[in-house]
Amino acid sequence: MLIKLSSSALKQTRWYEYGIRFALGGLATVLAGLIGAYFGRSVGGLFLALPAIFCASATLVENHERQTKEKACLSGRRRGQQAAALDAAGAALGSIGLVAFAAAFHIVVPTSIAAAFVAAMVAWAIVSVVAWWLRRKLRTVSGRPQSESWRRSVRGRSLS
Amino acid sequence: MTEYVVRFITGGLIVSAFAVLGDMLKPKSFAGLLGAAPSVALATLAIAVVQHGPQYAAAESWTMIYGAIALGCYSVVVCHLLMRFRFAALPATIISFAVWLAIAFGLLAGFGGAA
Repeated sequence: MLIKLSSSALKQTRWYEYGIRFALGGLATVLAGLIGAYFGRSVGGLFLALPAIFCASATLVENHERQTKEKACLSGRRRGQQAAALDAAGAALGSIGLVAFAAAFHIVVPTSIAAAFVAAMVAWAIVSVVAWWLRRKLRTVSGRPQSESWRRSVRGRSLS
Repeated sequence: MTEYVVRFITGGLIVSAFAVLGDMLKPKSFAGLLGAAPSVALATLAIAVVQHGPQYAAAESWTMIYGAIALGCYSVVVCHLLMRFRFAALPATIISFAVWLAIAFGLLAGFGGAA
């Protein structure tokens, strides 16, 4: 499946939903700083991978999918849960990339600060994408059976 | 105070940028990768480097590895709560936060921070 970049999904998002993400992101960054200042850098470091905005993101994904289904006069509850679960599955793979980000930054930062940020971002992007691609390939090769309701749900759409 | 205002704005902007990119990407499972984007880390590490130097940031990034492993486990638990136990997204993500805390602090207690 091709990876697509589409601006149409942005029309579904309301201005206050961006505001919530901005506020939660800002608060998470402030919290990480405060914890680092009060409890030390080791504890502060843990909070650099805090799933702070994940609750907001997953809830928004769930709501958007449910509303799409409800516009067609169908119950979108299960559909919303499935979309949020897919988002969580993607985040689980992305967290492997986050480990690579932290490891690359840790190794390179004593040598060069700018190179550490570049290396960390490149490591995160490569490892995350490779993890996602491998998972797709393994699912295809293993031919894992899916339930009929799930297949019906994703058919014709780019949910998978 | 200024430091925390800078943290808030920088963190908010980076998180929003990744969130917008995530909204635009398809398929959803690929966009989900951005749920584990290093948005808070970028802002915090940049400020840590400026304020305390590279050694401090290196130590923070070491324990960030534990946090990232905990985030992976957290995401798997959220996924199972949604698919198997049919929780709504908000309670699933809030309840699973206990898993993140337990694993992150468990790893820190077991392996320790950077020297």
